Amino acid sequence: MGPLIPNGIITGNWDFVIALLLGIAFGFILEASGFSSSRNIAGVFYGYNFVVLRVFFTAVIVAMVGFLYFDYFGWLDLDKIFILPTYLGPMIVGSVIMGFGFVLGGFCPGTSYTAIAIGKMDALLFTVGLFVGIFIFSEAFPLFEDFYYSGYLGNVTLSDVTGIPAAWFAFAFTVIALASFWITMLIEKRVRKNIKEYKF
Amino acid sequence: MEKNTVTNNRPHYINPYLGGVLLGLLVILTVYITGRGLGASGAVKSAVVTTVDVVAPKSAESNPYISKFISDDHSPMYTWLVFESMGIFFGGLLSGILFGRVKKPWVEKSPKITSKTRLIAALIGGILFGIGSQFGRGCSSGAALAGSATFSLGGVIVMLALFGTGYAIAWFFKKLWI
Repeated sequence: MGPLIPNGIITGNWDFVIALLLGIAFGFILEASGFSSSRNIAGVFYGYNFVVLRVFFTAVIVAMVGFLYFDYFGWLDLDKIFILPTYLGPMIVGSVIMGFGFVLGGFCPGTSYTAIAIGKMDALLFTVGLFVGIFIFSEAFPLFEDFYYSGYLGNVTLSDVTGIPAAWFAFAFTVIALASFWITMLIEKRVRKNIKEYKF
Repeated sequence: MEKNTVTNNRPHYINPYLGGVLLGLLVILTVYITGRGLGASGAVKSAVVTTVDVVAPKSAESNPYISKFISDDHSPMYTWLVFESMGIFFGGLLSGILFGRVKKPWVEKSPKITSKTRLIAALIGGILFGIGSQFGRGCSSGAALAGSATFSLGGVIVMLALFGTGYAIAWFFKKLWI
């Protein structure tokens, strides 16, 4: 069974049609959840709007648990799916840089595309920035090429590294997510009382 | 009466937990069909690679990063993530039309800052996000969301470091938002 394309069940040029359709669903969910607004997104860092945390954590636990069931029922061969490789140092540095970009820009790449679609000029500038940033990175690449490839651990999962079964991580993550939903609900209520610059 | 006005002005979003469930199911569906997760920054990378390749083909070939993504048999734009990202745009537009949020071009910002400040911050934010996503092997979609969901160590690292940094520095950029 799955994954369908790597297993040759779906072939040929359907690839790009599928990409477009999955992208449309992705963009629709992002926009409908309120991610086309940088002020909604940035709220996660100031406590006045935790929509990012709610959507993101829910998605991660649904997908984690879903993958375990798909594997259990034999619908999806988890050995054949792409596992993002780990480059320890570069990934931490990259994420810190992205963290600055997130707080300054209020978008991440995917959300900025949906915000352009509904007319946000700030999102357009953010996307122009992405282009400029990746261009700068490419041109300067020889300067930090060694660092870019450093800390390589392979395409490893949490279970590969710790020996703890994936189900335990899914369980732990679910508990953390549910606790954070409750705590952030309380924080949000308190913070919103004192903020007038933002319409809820 | 006033309460009514506020309710009418409020953008109508779907329940965030419903949004999360739908997004989680979409990640599963995407991996089930394609064997890999969603992404977003990859499309801009393809655009950069294509631009350099068209404007200065020699420098594209000699650049050790850009040359990794150039292939003889098709344009760098002819990749999965480019089509998927076009979909993100159209999906956002579809939702925007459906919920009545599509407007003439405008700048959304805190009343405490000018539009110019917001646009400059957005541009710098985009530049940093672009640079960081290359080191991170993906952004919040491909690395933090799809990576974490598939139990990738790197994905979880990106998720924690990205949001952790956000919280650590948010105080210094408070004026941009509240």
